[in-house]
Amino acid sequence: MTTSTHETRIDVDPEVPLVRITREFDAPPAKVFRAHTDPELFAQWVGPRDTETRVDAFDCRTGGSYRFVTISDGEEYGFRGCFHEVRPDELIVQTFTFEGDPDGVALEKLLLEDLGDGRTRLTSTSLVDSFAGRDAFVASGMEVGVREGYERLDEVLARS
Amino acid sequence: MAADPLSRVFAALADPTRRDMVARLAVTDATVGELAEPYDVSVQAVSKHLRVLEDAGLVSRSRDAQRRPVHLEAEVLDLMTTWIERYRRQAEERYRRLDDVLRSMPDDASRTHPTDATHPGGNPS
Repeated sequence: MTTSTHETRIDVDPEVPLVRITREFDAPPAKVFRAHTDPELFAQWVGPRDTETRVDAFDCRTGGSYRFVTISDGEEYGFRGCFHEVRPDELIVQTFTFEGDPDGVALEKLLLEDLGDGRTRLTSTSLVDSFAGRDAFVASGMEVGVREGYERLDEVLARS
Repeated sequence: MAADPLSRVFAALADPTRRDMVARLAVTDATVGELAEPYDVSVQAVSKHLRVLEDAGLVSRSRDAQRRPVHLEAEVLDLMTTWIERYRRQAEERYRRLDDVLRSMPDDASRTHPTDATHPGGNPS
């Protein structure tokens, strides 16, 4: 098995403001599920490498809620949401809000597929309420930030 | 169709014929007639595809030249690819950390854990 089969895949839907991330893991669904639902384990991988993640609340069951904070250069960034549906080893449906933009909310669906031989495919979809929101979401991966990214795009488009 | 620039590019590239046209224009500029040749569609249909690519800022056509060759705006394409690639890399890094966490977990810890305060998902209803 080559590592290339593990590479994260991103799909951006042109019809609805949705991003889909697909990734396979060398662990059975029960383990992958637990790494998502145990706050101690979750905190170990969710935040970027140079940040610290503190989980304030994590009631991972249908109807529960969560809040965690990532700390980067002394700045705290809060994220929170509700667990809408939690089905062990199969599915987590939850909302996700960055507290810096409290009106914005993404609906996230994490689907675990048993591939056999102790392997799992994780499909994570994030649906937001506008294309601009979705694109900001994707563009947030840029170090220069969304605004600057759009400015650069405007410049490029103005020249073409 | 969504009005913001990124969505226009995503929508433009969602179509396989337009993706193919972009790939061919990455090699060299071409006229509408040249672009239409390999496809079993009318020049009008190709022109329609080109308009979508043009609106997204992905291609341009010189106004004065008679042949009006179509030119790929590689910079716009690169910018989009960069955005998505960085987002993908961020997700990949996160999942590599998850790989490490999964490796560190004992095999029998997958279901319940006596010290776990939240009993995630494990509570019988």
